[in-house]
Amino acid sequence: MLLIRCPYCEEDRSELEFRSVGEAHIVRPDNIAEISDEAFAEYFFLRDNPKGLIYERWRHIHGCGRFFNAVRHTVSDKFVMTYKAGEPKPDLPAATPVAQPLAQEGAAK
Amino acid sequence: MADPVIAQRRPVLAGAHPSLYGGSAVAHVTPAKAATRLSLRAKPDAVAALSAALGVDLPTRPKRSASSKGRHALWLGPDEWLVIDEAETDLMAALAGVGVLHSATDISHRNTAVLVSGPGAAAAINSACPLDLTDGVFPVGAAARTVLGKIEMVLYRTAAEDYRVECWRSFAPYAFGILVEGAEDAAL
Amino acid sequence: MSGANRIPGAGRLTPAKTARFTFDGRPYTALEGDTVASALLANGVHLMGRSFKYHRPRGVVSAGPEEPNALIDVQRDAARRQPNVRATVQEVFDGVTIASQNRYPSLSFDVGSINNLLSPFFAAGFYYKTFMWPKKAWKHLYEPQIRAAAGLGVSPDQADPDHYAGRYAHCDVLVAGAGVAGLSAALAAAKTGASVILCDEQPEVGGALHFDTSVMIDGKPGFDWAQSVAAELAAMENVTVLTRTTAFGYYEHNFVGLVERVTDHLAKPDRRLPRERLWQVRAKQVVIATGAIERHMVFSNNDRPGILLASAARTYLNHFGVAVGRNVGVYTANDSAYEAAFDLKRAGVSIAAIVDCRQQPGAAVLAEASRLGIEVLTGHSVIDTAGKLRVSSMTVARNGGGSSRTMRIDALITSSGWTPSVHLFSQSRGKVAYDAESQRFLPGTYVQECISVGACNGTNGLQATIDEAIAAGRDRALKGGFTGGDTPAISGTNAFEWTGGMAGAAEGAGPDTTVKAFIDFQNDVCAKDIRLAVREGMHSIEHIKRFTTNGMATDQGKLSNIHGLAIAAEALGREIPKVGLTTFRAPYTPVTFGTLINHSRGDLFDPARKTPMHAFEEAKGAIFEDVGNWKRAWYYPRAGEDMHKAVDRECVTVRQSAGIFDASTLGKIEVVGPDAAKFLNLLYTNGWDTLKPGRCRYGIMLREDGFIYDDGVVGRMAEDRFHVTTTTGGAARVMHHMEDYLQTEFPHLDVWLTSATEQWAVIAVQGPKAREIIAPLVEGIDLSNEAFPHMSVAEGKICGVPTRLFRMSFTGELGFEVNVPADYGQAVMEAIWARAEPMGACMYGTETMHVLRAEKGYIIVGQDTDGTVTPDDASLGWAIGKKKPDFVGIRGLKRSDLVAEGRKQLVGLLTKDPKEVLEEGAQIVANPNEPVPMTMLGHVTSSYWSENCGRSIAMALVAGGKARLGQTLYVPMADRTIAVEVSEMVFFDKEGGRIHG
Repeated sequence: MLLIRCPYCEEDRSELEFRSVGEAHIVRPDNIAEISDEAFAEYFFLRDNPKGLIYERWRHIHGCGRFFNAVRHTVSDKFVMTYKAGEPKPDLPAATPVAQPLAQEGAAK
Repeated sequence: MADPVIAQRRPVLAGAHPSLYGGSAVAHVTPAKAATRLSLRAKPDAVAALSAALGVDLPTRPKRSASSKGRHALWLGPDEWLVIDEAETDLMAALAGVGVLHSATDISHRNTAVLVSGPGAAAAINSACPLDLTDGVFPVGAAARTVLGKIEMVLYRTAAEDYRVECWRSFAPYAFGILVEGAEDAAL
Repeated sequence: MSGANRIPGAGRLTPAKTARFTFDGRPYTALEGDTVASALLANGVHLMGRSFKYHRPRGVVSAGPEEPNALIDVQRDAARRQPNVRATVQEVFDGVTIASQNRYPSLSFDVGSINNLLSPFFAAGFYYKTFMWPKKAWKHLYEPQIRAAAGLGVSPDQADPDHYAGRYAHCDVLVAGAGVAGLSAALAAAKTGASVILCDEQPEVGGALHFDTSVMIDGKPGFDWAQSVAAELAAMENVTVLTRTTAFGYYEHNFVGLVERVTDHLAKPDRRLPRERLWQVRAKQVVIATGAIERHMVFSNNDRPGILLASAARTYLNHFGVAVGRNVGVYTANDSAYEAAFDLKRAGVSIAAIVDCRQQPGAAVLAEASRLGIEVLTGHSVIDTAGKLRVSSMTVARNGGGSSRTMRIDALITSSGWTPSVHLFSQSRGKVAYDAESQRFLPGTYVQECISVGACNGTNGLQATIDEAIAAGRDRALKGGFTGGDTPAISGTNAFEWTGGMAGAAEGAGPDTTVKAFIDFQNDVCAKDIRLAVREGMHSIEHIKRFTTNGMATDQGKLSNIHGLAIAAEALGREIPKVGLTTFRAPYTPVTFGTLINHSRGDLFDPARKTPMHAFEEAKGAIFEDVGNWKRAWYYPRAGEDMHKAVDRECVTVRQSAGIFDASTLGKIEVVGPDAAKFLNLLYTNGWDTLKPGRCRYGIMLREDGFIYDDGVVGRMAEDRFHVTTTTGGAARVMHHMEDYLQTEFPHLDVWLTSATEQWAVIAVQGPKAREIIAPLVEGIDLSNEAFPHMSVAEGKICGVPTRLFRMSFTGELGFEVNVPADYGQAVMEAIWARAEPMGACMYGTETMHVLRAEKGYIIVGQDTDGTVTPDDASLGWAIGKKKPDFVGIRGLKRSDLVAEGRKQLVGLLTKDPKEVLEEGAQIVANPNEPVPMTMLGHVTSSYWSENCGRSIAMALVAGGKARLGQTLYVPMADRTIAVEVSEMVFFDKEGGRIHG
C-alpha cells in the first residue's frame, strides 16, 4: 500500500485515503465548444502511458478532499514529488532511474 | 384538523443493542450526545470574521482544532472546517449575519459521533484506521478526515485517551460495530 | 511416556507436561511445546504424508516453515479443521486430531502410489502434452480425475467459526526475525528510544539458537540469552515483541504485513481471542533478519521417510529432546552437518558414517569427528537408498566410480549448505546479487528503507553477525532522529566456523534419466525433470519453473529453487546468474483468508446503510432490496400477496388515493456561493439563471463526451444556495465529478459543495390525496396550486420541525417530497402515515416507484441509459440550454457519431400480446427469421406489468427508434419470438394533467 504525501495536509498518508484520477496537466480548452475533433480527442481520449515518470492527478478524497498532482515512477511506484493543483509542471528529467533516489548499495558479499 | 404533532428525534444509535455499549475495559465505546454541526467553507480572508462570529478561532494549519466552551472547530481541508457545538446552539443562526464570503451548511443530522475512551482507545481505532495515532504524530487536539474500515470518518483526539469519531448517519452502526470489535481486541 | 525416541535429559521441554493427540486415529502422547512433527518423531513415526504426483511415502524433512512433505490436517472440533498445515510448525495441544493427507485408504497402503510405478509416463510437462485431446474431455474427464488423484488436503465444509483481528501499526524500526541478528538489532534500535516492533514466526525467539547449542553469548547458552533479551525488550515501553508472528509480505513504502497466530497452539482458547491477528505495519525502517534455510542433498531416492535436513535433526534433538534415529547416516557438502552428527553421537546415537562429497572438509570438524570416533568418507557420495516406508540403508561410493558399499541406517541427515532467506528483501523490490564464491544470492541493490543483517545477508560468523546487527539497528534508529542510549555490547562464541556448500545435483543424481533425485519434494520434481525441460527448449528459469512446476507448491520452493537453478544452469552450460532467479512473491508462508479480511465478516463485511425510517418500514412489513450499500423498501406485501400482487395494489393505490415512499437515499448536494448558478450552468445541460428561488427544475448532467452521467431535481433555496439531488447510486461519484471541475477547471468560481444526503430524511407523498394528507401537518407554507405549483420548493415546518418541502413528482401524480432533518424522519413519517392510512393510502417501495415512473416514461439513469446515451437519444433534448456558451459535454454532443442518423434511441415497446411481459436486457431484431448472428437493433431497458394500464409496458433502446413508431419488431427468446410494437414512452395520463392536481 502506497504512502502518499498530500501537499495540503503536508503529511504522508495511507493510499486508502486517496483516489487516483488520471493524467495531470491536461487543461480543458476555454473555447471547448469550438475545437476540432482532433483537438477534442487529444483533450478527452488520448493519454500517455509511459514507462518511467508520469505526471498524474490524485485526490485526497478521504482526507482534505483536495485534488493535487504527483510525479510517480510507473515501474518502482516511487513518488518523486507531489504538488498543489494549479502549480506549474515541474521540469524533471524524463528518465530518472528507478532505484536511484532512495537506493543504497547493500553489502553484497 | 389533527392535533398538532411535534416530531421527536430518533438518533441512529439509540436503537443499537444495549450489549454493544461499553467496548472493553481498556476502550469504552459509547454514542455521543446530539450536537449541532456545520460544514463551513471559506477562504483565508474570511477566517477572522467567521472566528469572531463563532467564538472559536478557526485553525489554519492541517490536522489542528480549536475549542471553546463545548464548541469545536476542526480543520478538514485548506478551506473547510467541521464545527461542532455540544450545547446544540443554532450555528447557522450564529453565522447568519456575517457579511464575509463563506458557505455554511447544517449537517447536525448528517453526522453522528461515537466516543472511544481509555488506554486502549488508539489501538481500538487502529483496528480499522490506517492513521498513525502516536503522540508525536496525532497529539491531543489533532483532527483529520480519514477512513475506518470501509467508511470515511473524521477522527478528533479530545484528550490523551479520548477520541471522537464522526461519521455519516447511516454508517454509524458499522462504525460502532467495528470500534467495539477493535476495543475488545485491544483488551486481549 | 512421550515417545521411545525421547532422549532423557535432552531438549528444553518438560517431561511432566504432556498432551495427548491422535494421528490417523492412533493415540499418542506429546510434551507441551512439541510440534506435531517432533511429537510423531518422538514416537518413531517418520511417515507423515504422500507426495503430490507419485504418492510416494514421505517423512518430515525440516523443523520449520520450509517443510515440503509433512502436510497434515489439523482438527480441533467439527467446524475447526484446517488442511495443509505443516507438521513442523503446528504445536500440539491436548486433544487435537491430526490426519495425514493425499492417501487412500491409508498412509502406509495407498492405491495412488501406482503413479510411482507409472512414473515414466509422468515426466515433466506430461499434463500439458497428454490431455490436449479431445478438447472437451479436459473439463469433464481429465481435470476432475487429476484433481481427485493429485492434490493436497480436503477443504473444510463448514463455515469458519473463529474470528480474526486486524491492527494498523506504525513504528520507527521493524525487525523481522528474532534470532541472534534480529535480537541484537532490535536491542540496539530500542536503546535509542525509537519505537520498535520485533516479530518472529516461532513460539520463542532464538532462531538458529534452537538447534545450535554450541553458542554462548554474554556467558549464557545462546538460547537462554535470547530469552533474556526478549524479556528485556518486552519490558521496554517503546518495544512490541510478537512471537508466532510471520512477516509474510513486504510491500511499497515500507508497508509490511504480519500474521500473528493467537490461538492455534492453545488447548482451550478463550473464545474472545481472535484465532489470528493481521498487523499492517508502516515502518520508517526495516531490519530484515530472516536467517537462512538449509538445503538437502540431491541424489537417487533422497525422499524416503527418515531422510531429513541435518539442522532439523539437531533441532529435534537439542530443542525437543528427540532422536531422529538410532543409527544415523550423514551425507553432506557442508560442515554444518558435522555438528549435527556430533550432537547425536554425544546423545548416544550411533553414526554410521559421515559421507562428504568434498575432498577437503573443514579441518576443525574433521578433527572433532575423529575424536568422537565417527567414520568420515570424504570424496564420497550416497548414490542410492533403500527402505519402503522408512529408509533402511544407504549405498555409498567413491566419487568418480568404483565399488560401492551399503550401510544399514534408520535415518539419514543431509546438508548441501544454506540458502539466505532473501524473500522479504526481494519482495521489497531489492535486487539480489549472485556471489559466485559462496554460490549464494545475496541482497544487492536496495530500493526501500531497509537493511539485511546476519545469515540472510550472507554474513558468516557469530560475532560478525552480532556486530553487523547492532550497527544496523542503531543506524536505522539514528536515521529516524533517535540518538539516545548506549550501543549494546554483546559477545558470543561458537564451536565451529562452517565451510562448504553446493547447489544442484550430487554424484548420485544421474545423469541417468530414470533416477529419482528429488529437488522439489512436494511437487515431485527431480533433477532429470529440469534437464528434460532444458532439452525441450526451455531456456528461461521462469519457463523451466512452469514446465516442471519446480517451486510452485505451497512451500514455494524454499528448499528447491536454488537446486533447480543450478541444475538448469549446468544443463544450459551457463553461469547461474545468467539463468536468472524466479521472483519471490508474498506471502512467505500461506496466510488464511480469514486473517486477511479480519473484521470484514458478518455485519461488518460491508456497511448496511439504513434510512432514518427503516424501523417503521420494517414494522409495516417491507421487503428490502440492496441498492449499493443502502437497504431500500422494495415492496410491502400484505397477507397472501406475492410481490406481483403487492406491487399491482401499490401502483393502483397511489394513482387512486396516495402512497408514501422513502426517498431518503437520493443523493443531495448543497451548492452555496455567489457563483452557484454559474457553476451549475457549467455542470448541467440546463440553464439555471432563470430559476427563481422557491422553484426547482429537472437537470441533466453529462460527461465531457456528451453522454448522460446523472440526473435529478435541483431546487433553488436562495440566490446563492441550491439543493441539488442525484441518483442514489450516483451520489458519491457526482460529488467527486463536481469537485473535480470546481477545484481544477473552474477554481475562480466562488462556490462550495457540501454533501447533504444524510442530513435529510425524504418522505415522498404521491397521489391525488397527497395535499390533503400533509396539509394539516405543515406550517408556514401555502400548499395551494397557485402558491405552490408543480416544481416548487419552500422552507417551513412540518410536525413542528424544519422542512424543505418540494412539490415534485416521479409518479406523474400530485406529489410532495418532505425533507426533514434525518433524526426526525421516522416521527414525521409516522405522523403522515397516521393521516394517510385512513384515507386509503399505502406505503410503497422501489418496485412500485419503478413501475409508476415507467408508466410516465421517466428514465432511470443507469437502467435506461448505459453511458452511451445522449439527451436526444432519451428524448430529453429540451433540457439542453441552447444558448449556453459552455457546459460539460457541449463539445462531446457535436461529435459526428452523436449526431449521426440511426443512433439507438429510447422508445416505448408494447407487446402484441398485452399479457406478455418482456425480459429486461432482451435483444430486439427486425427480422426474426434472419440466420444467426442476427442484426440486433437494441435491447429492452425497462419492462413491467402495469396494473394501471391493464397491460405490459416496456422501454427500449432501439436503433433509429423514434422513426420506427408503430413498426413491429421482434424479441427472440430461447423458446419463442415475441412481437412488439414501437410506441411513445408515455403509457399513462398522456396529457399529463394529474401532476398539476
